[in-house]
Order: sequence, then C-alpha cells, then structure tokens
Amino acid sequence: MIRFAKDRMSALLELKNLVKRFQSFTAVDGISLEVPAGEVLGFLGPNGAGKSTTMKMAAGFLAADEGSARICGVDVADQPELARQNLGYLPEGAPAYGEMSVSAFLRFCARMRGLKGDGAREAIARAVDRTDLGDVLEQPIETMSKGFKRRVGLAQAILHEPKVLILDEPTDGLDPNQKHHVRQLIRDMSADRAIVISTHILEEVDAVCTRAVIIDQGAIVADGTAADLRKLGPDSGRASSLEDAFRHVTTSVTADHPSHV
Amino acid sequence: MSKIAAIFQRELSGYFNTPIAYVFLIIFVMLGGLFTFYVGNLYERGVADMLPYFTYLPWLFLILVPAISMRLWSEERRSGTIELLMTMPVSVWQAVVGKWLAGVVFVAAALACTIPLWLTVNYLGSPDNGVIAVSYVGALALASVFLAIGSCMSALTSNQVIAFVLAVSAGFVFVTSGTPIVLDAVRAVAPEAVALGISSLSMLTHYEGLTRGLIDVPAVVWVVSMTAFWLFATTIAVDLKKAG
Repeated sequence: MIRFAKDRMSALLELKNLVKRFQSFTAVDGISLEVPAGEVLGFLGPNGAGKSTTMKMAAGFLAADEGSARICGVDVADQPELARQNLGYLPEGAPAYGEMSVSAFLRFCARMRGLKGDGAREAIARAVDRTDLGDVLEQPIETMSKGFKRRVGLAQAILHEPKVLILDEPTDGLDPNQKHHVRQLIRDMSADRAIVISTHILEEVDAVCTRAVIIDQGAIVADGTAADLRKLGPDSGRASSLEDAFRHVTTSVTADHPSHV
Repeated sequence: MSKIAAIFQRELSGYFNTPIAYVFLIIFVMLGGLFTFYVGNLYERGVADMLPYFTYLPWLFLILVPAISMRLWSEERRSGTIELLMTMPVSVWQAVVGKWLAGVVFVAAALACTIPLWLTVNYLGSPDNGVIAVSYVGALALASVFLAIGSCMSALTSNQVIAFVLAVSAGFVFVTSGTPIVLDAVRAVAPEAVALGISSLSMLTHYEGLTRGLIDVPAVVWVVSMTAFWLFATTIAVDLKKAG
C-alpha cells in the first residue's frame, strides 16, 4: 500500500481494520481510515472491490467481522443509535419509499431524526433548496427519474446537518448540470464535516475530493491527494492521468491473481 | 416512542397509498359475508348472533392476514430501504413494533367494516352484544398473533410471495395444532405430554373461548406470549438477514 504523509486532526470518522467475509470470500480485508473535519474523501475502486461493503460497515448497517467504525468517537456497533445521530448516509442506489411523495418522505425522515415542528420544516426546506427538489415535492418518488431519486436520497442524508456524510455514488445517474450542482453542494457542506463519497468517475476526485483512496480486493492500495495518485501511473514518478494511475494500481493486482473468487 | 409512531404512521399510510388496502378491505368484507350467510347459514340457524362469522374468521385470517404482513420487511429488503431505515437512529425492535402495530390497526379497520353485520343481527333479533364485543377483541388478538408470525416470515426473505406462503404455512400449523392433523403426527413420534403441549399452542382452543364471550387467563397469556415471541424472532431475523 502506498501512503502519503499528511496531518491528522481528530477524525470524525475512524475505521479501524475493518474485515467482512461472505462465506469463504473476503470482501473487505482490513481497511483503516481516518477522516477529519473539512475532508472530502473519494473512495475509488473497481466494481466488487469492497467500496459499498466498507461504507455499509462504516454506517453501522453491516456488522464487521473484525475491526471497528467510529462516528464522532462513538462506536457504530456498541452505541448504534447514538452514532447514527451524527451520520447522514446515502445507500447504494439511493433507495427510498417509492409510494411516498418527496415531501412525505422527508417529513418521515425528519421525524426519525427527532426533528419536530418548525425545526423539521426548516430542515426540510433547507434540504429541498440545496438539492433543488422544490418543483417535485408532491410527486411520488417511484414516478421520478433516476437523477431525481438520487437527489431525494441526498436530501434525506443532509436533512439533519450530520457531522459525517457517507455517500455511495452520489452523482450516479445525474446529468452533467446536476453533477456539477451536487459537487458544489458537497464542497459547500465540507467545511466542518467529514465526507466520504464513493465513485467510479475519476474526474470527481479532481472536482470535489481533497483526498482519495483506491481500494482493490478489499484492501487500500493507494491513499493521497489527486496529485499524489497521479504519480502512481505506469511511468513511475511522473504525473499521468488519474485513469492511468487507477488502472495501474488496480489491474496490476487483479491481473496477477485473476481467480480470487 | 415518537420513532415507533413515525414508522407506524408511514407503514399504515403505505397501505392506503397502494391498492392493497382497498382490495383487502373489499375481499375481507365480501368473504366474511359469504361465510356467514352461505357457509355459516346465519338465516337458517334462526339465532341472532355472529357465531357463524367468528367461527370462520380464523380461516379467513389465515389466508388474508399474511397478505397484510408479507410486505412489512420483504419490501424493505427488496427495495433496499432497509439500509436507510436501519442507519437512522432507531432500534430494530422499535421498527418491528411500529410496523406490526400498523398491521394491527389496519386489521382493526377491516373488522370495523363488518359492523353492518353486527347491526344486522341486532335488527333481526336481540343478540348478546357483550359476547360479540369480546369476539371482536378476540378476533383482533388472533390477527395480531398472525401478524407477528407474518412479520417474522417477511423478515426472512426479500420475496413477498415466499413471505406469504411461509406465513400461511406457519399460521396453518398453529391453527390446526389442536386437531388430529397435527396431533396424530406428533403422537406417532413423541410422548403424550408433548402432544398436549403442542395442542395448548393451538389458536382454535383459545379462540373458541373468546367467541363464547370468555376472556380467560390462558387465552390472554397465549396471545401475549405468542405475539411477543414472534416479534422477538422478527428482530433477530431482521438483524441477521439485513445484508442479504
């Protein structure tokens, strides 16, 4: 694994040696990460590398077989309800209750977050404004396009102004304008928060991430800024495109061990 | 508490946001009427009571209540919303209870739709309304046990059809566990004490008392412990099978 020197403030999100096995297959094999406030961490990796599984464990949805995840210092397995209060999570595919309207769904989420009355109304208005959902509030979610559904998922994640945001592919299915908008939103929110986004769109790393981690076969293979990662390309030491660097650090592993299943 | 209420409300309005609620209510009332007047021969008996209705109600519940419970958790798992729900600051048992309560209130609404039947027997004669009231309570209690079983089966699979079939099968075992269908099979392999224990789990044994207007301690214990057990089993199933 290649690591680059960095300063660490106290981390809002801490993953320690997370391991997840499905039968004999090890999906996540010892991932440790610390994400301090102000950092937008891009989580990169080929499909099946363990990105979503890691995020599910970080969010406390999946129980880790080994290791621990802490949100604002609170262990997600020991005190799940407390830890989740500081978490905004956009699951893979942005699931939502399809038969509900956007406003009913957000009202439900607000209630689940303990927001009431004016507080809930303000939080919903703010999230709707940030995700630009004002025109579709009364529309059932299942009738909406993929891009709108993604924005509903984002609105739900940022509703309660959480300290830690874990977003699994937040820009998937969005058109270029919407992508730009969401990246802007993530940057705006990053000041006092720890944000982790997974993506396989490498331009996203340049656009929003202050740091990127590449994982492959359940382990971190590179960790640094976009500039750091560029140095990992095929012409060692020289800056190459992110895509070259990505393919170099990931396929070099998978090509050597094609039969990991 | 407010989280249970939020989940309860979302689940209940979920029924009415889809055609499920209306289809269910219509079929439930129609079949109830059919059983009462044709199979139960309400008129021919010449007795003004609702026994014909309540006698067949467990069988109606056996098929229809799983249709209410099958989506409780399967749908969450199929659509992935379980990941959303279970990363909110709510415990599994709160979610389990909230969803189950929504089912109970929905069945209560369905039972309320049969009140015209109650009025009818009052018009035809002078039934013992106390007995009928207790029977309604008993019916709702029975439904809440079915719903608890159904919610557990629903938590086991992301497929609603499988959840439905499992719930009907499990319900069938508990409805018939006091009858020879089950007891003969048990007696063939186990001592009489086991057979007695199993027959005491039977729904019909306890339910019959209620339809005669009798609320006795064993029946209450049975309803409460069965419901609690299956809801507890649901929380375990949700916990274990979240990922799948």
